[in-house]
Parts: sequence; structure tokens; C-alpha cells
Amino acid sequence: MATFLGINLFGLFGQLLVGLINGSFYALLSLGLAIIFGLLKIINFAQGAMYMLGAFGAWLALNHLGINYWAALVLVPLAVGAIGILLERVLVRPIAHEDHLYSLLLTFGIALMLQGLFTHLFGSSGMPYAIPDELKGGTRLPFMYLPDYRAWIIVASAVVCGGTWWMIEKTRLGAYLRAGTENPQLMQAFGINVPLMVTLTFGFGVALAGFAGVMAAPVYSVSPEMGSNLLIVVFAIVVIGGMGSIGGAILTGLGMGIVEGLTKYFYPEASTTVIFLVMVIVLLLKPAGLFGKEA
Amino acid sequence: MKAMQKSLMTAAVVAATALSGAAQAEGISDDKVKIGVLADMGGVYADICGPGCVTAVEMAVEDFGGSVLGKPIEVISADDQLKPDVGSAKVRQWIESEQVDTVAGLVSSAVVGAATKVLTDNKKIALISTAASNAFTTSSCSPYNVHWTYNVTAVANGTVKPMVQAGKKKWFFITADYAFGHALEKVATDVVEQNQGEVVGAVRAPLGTTDFSSYVLQAQASGADVVALANAGADTVNSLKTAAEFGLTQTADVAGLLVFTPNAQAMDPSTAGGMTLTTGFYWDYDDATRAWSARFKERHGAIPAMGHAGAYSMTMHYLKAVEAAGTDDSDAVMAKMKEMKPDDFFARNATLRADGRMVHDMYTVKIKNPDERRDGDDIFKVVDVLAGDQVYEPMLPECNFAKS
Repeated sequence: MATFLGINLFGLFGQLLVGLINGSFYALLSLGLAIIFGLLKIINFAQGAMYMLGAFGAWLALNHLGINYWAALVLVPLAVGAIGILLERVLVRPIAHEDHLYSLLLTFGIALMLQGLFTHLFGSSGMPYAIPDELKGGTRLPFMYLPDYRAWIIVASAVVCGGTWWMIEKTRLGAYLRAGTENPQLMQAFGINVPLMVTLTFGFGVALAGFAGVMAAPVYSVSPEMGSNLLIVVFAIVVIGGMGSIGGAILTGLGMGIVEGLTKYFYPEASTTVIFLVMVIVLLLKPAGLFGKEA
Repeated sequence: MKAMQKSLMTAAVVAATALSGAAQAEGISDDKVKIGVLADMGGVYADICGPGCVTAVEMAVEDFGGSVLGKPIEVISADDQLKPDVGSAKVRQWIESEQVDTVAGLVSSAVVGAATKVLTDNKKIALISTAASNAFTTSSCSPYNVHWTYNVTAVANGTVKPMVQAGKKKWFFITADYAFGHALEKVATDVVEQNQGEVVGAVRAPLGTTDFSSYVLQAQASGADVVALANAGADTVNSLKTAAEFGLTQTADVAGLLVFTPNAQAMDPSTAGGMTLTTGFYWDYDDATRAWSARFKERHGAIPAMGHAGAYSMTMHYLKAVEAAGTDDSDAVMAKMKEMKPDDFFARNATLRADGRMVHDMYTVKIKNPDERRDGDDIFKVVDVLAGDQVYEPMLPECNFAKS
């Protein structure tokens, strides 16, 4: 087996690829947060709960409505997005003009309530969800066995992240969005319905979390706690990337997946800490984050 | 004659003293027997011993008749939030201002460690149903601890020993990186080595890890015959899912060292099918277990996990001991509990040892494949019954709180 400096290279390649897969997943999750913060200046702590809703939505759809994985991949994010829109209209909007802390506390409370509700309804152990038949099996690469579903995660994440980035940074709609949050009064004077845009943006960001939840259902445990475990890590990623930077969130997600993957290989005990270590260093050297604009 | 009178007098005084002593111990304090159920009501262990443990204890009280020695039995409960400080504060409050006689339930080993200290200081009995650590009857043993359902030693022995003896010599551990996981890994490692097996590697994954693919790759690269999951709950579900996804289950056996029925139900049967594990109870074992489980399910909405059945069984045994002792005085009740043999649908061929360990038959089970299942509750196939003394550790001399 090929080795370099005493390190098994095949093993290392495997870990890099696994890190990249997890990174794609992180990118997908942090994207929604970055959009909501970057465009709306709302720190959405309920994003983890929305991810959990997505996974449970997939389970409910399959077991109670007979909707398979592929349909759920489209329908569930729409449903979760609708819940997001409702949240924004009813709860978030009235305090939107207050300090960031208010929306943070509000969404954190919503997350805790949703988590408690789902524990009450479905128990704490979680629900089984099988990998769709089309994506069972895998490919034997020289250095590892790559399950088809993991390859699909990379593809889906690349398409969704790339598409979202392009839409916000390169299209007219994206330009309206960015302008509308920069100077709402002026945009409204031009006849753009800014409040509607804000609502839809919030809904879209939340729908992304729902999408990630459906993606996660076949590979991770579908349980009420699944979102809160991941949310803090994803927050750290958004902070490292620069709060509000869409591209930054995507690239940092990928990068942190790889960093975490390597830590799992060399010193697993630190794997949940390493991202926060990076966050501390980045904040010390570049307070606005790697891709953030200095305020 | 005088000498005779004197000795008679002495005898009378002694007898009177003894009687008054007995009179103090006799009867039920505060005119009721109060059982506090401390469990995880809304956290990760809520399904294995939370509201279900309260239901099980209440069922035991009802089946006992609702009163003992003519006094009512009351059940109260609280959420430990999986926090040792919250749990021990609640127990202290129960003892000091609510006249609780015993605390049942007791799930997370960390909470139980703190709670049993308070209970022992106040000479109150801890009825431990679901904690995994074996410390409560070994390194932290106490004359007031009763550990009922299972412990790490029993599940490790039950699962590991037969596999090593069947020729699966090379073992790899995916371990939860905290006290419970370390304890489980250590016990299992000892069993592997005692049976001429070899541990080829281990990774310590932080609690609550979402993605286990990195660890599964390492396990794969180690060339192990068996990959043992020394973790619990969602960690077990996640690591098993990933092991199946990366094809590990085709090249090696995966052994879950601690799997509760709700965890097994959370696993996709097509990936979990065939996995061997050890449990203290399975609802579908025989008519007696099925009858009780049907009653439990009707009230709780789900089949019982082993901790639920254990909570029922130990509460019943406690109440029988109170009746037999004629008092709710902890020392007298504990002596009776250890003297009487537990015997019900849960506790088979059972004894409560002087160290507080309840030793009973354990079950080696296999998770059923999808085509073997009648419905969602039909998850295990019992393949072997293990005599308790074969799987639990022997009593330590310093923990021999012999009945006095």
C-alpha cells in the first residue's frame, strides 16, 4: 500500500473524500443561514429545527402519504419553506426592526419548542428511513468504497449551492434582493415590494434547511435532536466564512468538512472541537470572517 | 433467688429496649409510601426510561393494590434533564420536604452517580433500572443501591464472548468518547483478550457525532472481524447506518454492545437485520412477557424497552419487601429485598446479591430481517438465554453488604 511519511495514502484519500462529502452537506446547511443573515440580518437559530422538520417531513411523507424520496425532495422543502414564511409573517416581522438579539432569542425559542414537540409526538429515538433503491450500492474506488448516495450528496449540493449563488450574485432578481436589503426605502420608491421579498427570502433560506433535512434522512438518524447537534457547527462555519457571505459560506462549508475529516483520521477526540478552534483563530486574525466585508 | 430476680429484670429491660427499638422501625413513616421516579422526560434517553418508566412504576403500584400495610402508595416524578446537579437537587428536595421513601427510574449514569450519593447519605434506597455503568455495585457500591435491569459487563459478556469463541478474533471499537463508552470498551476488551482475541484498533468518537463515515473507513482498513459499537442511542443508529452504507457489514460483523428496543426500531431493518446484541428483556419472549407488554403498550403507546420492564419488576419487589418487613425503613426493606427472591415475568432465575446487583437471565438476540417481521414491533429473535452468573461480574468483597 502506498505510504508517505508513514501515512497510509489510500486511507488519507478516503478521509479527504469523506470530508468533501460532509463539507458539501455543511455548505448546503450554512447556505440557508448565510442567506437569511446576509440579506435579512436575522440570526435564525431555528434553522436546525427546520432541518429536523425536513427529515421528519420526508419520513412522514413516506410512511403516511406514500410520497417517495424523490418527490419528497421537492415537496418537503416547499412545505418547510411555507412554515418559514408563516414564521416570518407572524413572529419574526414584528421584531425585525429591533436588535439582532431579539430575533436570535425568538428563533432559539421556536427551535426548542419544535424539538420538544417532536420528542413528545415521535419519541427521542428517531425514525428509520431507507436509502432509495436507485441509490443503493456504490462504486469501488482504488482507495475506498464510495456509496452512491454519498456521491449524490456531492452532486445535489453542488447544484443547489451553485444555483443559489448564481441567482443571488448574478441575476436581476438577486440584485433586487441585495439592493432591497441595503436600502429598503429607495427600492420601495422604485415600486419593488420589499416586505414580500423579505418574506420569500426567509422562506427560501428555511426551505434550503428542509432540503438538507430530506438529504440527511437516509444517512443520519431522523430524530428531534438532529438539528441542534448540527446547528452550532454550521453557525461556526458561517462565522468563519464571514456572516452573510454566500460564497464564503459554501467554500467554508467544504473546507471545514475536509478539516474535520482529517481530524477524525489523526485525532478523532478533537473532531467536534476543531471547527471552533479554526473559528477562534479566524476571528482573532480577521474579525469579519474569511470572506466577509469589514463593516 | 436474688441473682435469678436480677437476671430476669435485665432480661425484661433488654426485651423492652428491643421492643421499643422495633416499634420505632415498624410501620410506615408519614402514613404513606412515596416513590419518586427520576428519569429523562424529554432528552435523548426519554424513550428508554422517561415517561415510560413512570408508567411502569405506576402499573406496579396499581397491580400491588395501591396500598401497602394499609397505607397508600404515592408515585411522583421529575425530569433530571440529564444533568447530575438537577437530578441530585431534585432527590434532595424529595427527601427533605416531600418524604420520599425511595427513588426509582434512574437513567443516565452521570445523573445516577450524583443521585445515589444523596440517597445513600440519607439512607434511602436507589432503585436503578436503566443506568449502564457497573460502578453502582462495584467502585461506588452502597448498601442502599439496587441495580436491576443490566449493566455494561453483562451486555459486553453476553455479546462479545460467544463471538470471540466462534472464531471472530480481531476486534475494532467505535467508542463514545465519555465515561460510559470508555467503560463499555474496557469491559469488552477484557472479554476479547480473555478469550484469546485481539483488539486491532479503536476510535473515540465524540458524543453526538453526526457523521461516522470516517470511523467506518478506519474500521474497514483495520481488517477486523468484528466492529463493536461501544456507544448508545443516536450514536449507535448513526454508526450502524453508515457501516451498512459503506459496505462494512458485508466484510465484517457489526456488534451493537448496547441497543435498546426504541433504538432498534429507529434502524432501517434492511441494514440492521442480523446484528447480534444482548438485552435484559424482550417483550415477545413468552406469554408472560407478552401479557405485561400488551398492557404497557396500551398505556404508553409503544412496546416496553428493558428499562421499563425492569422498573416495574423492581418496584414490585420493593413493595413486596415493604410488606414483608412491615415497615418502610430502608435498612429493614433492603434486608428483605435481598432475602426474597425476585421472580416475575422480567426477573428469571434471579437473585438480588448482597452488593445490590440483581443477577438474572439475559438474552442474546438477533435483529430480524425485513422479511421476518410481522410488524414494526417484531424486531428481535431470541437466540440464546444466558444465565446471570455467567455474564455479570462476581461480587467484590468490599461491596458485600451482607444482610444483618
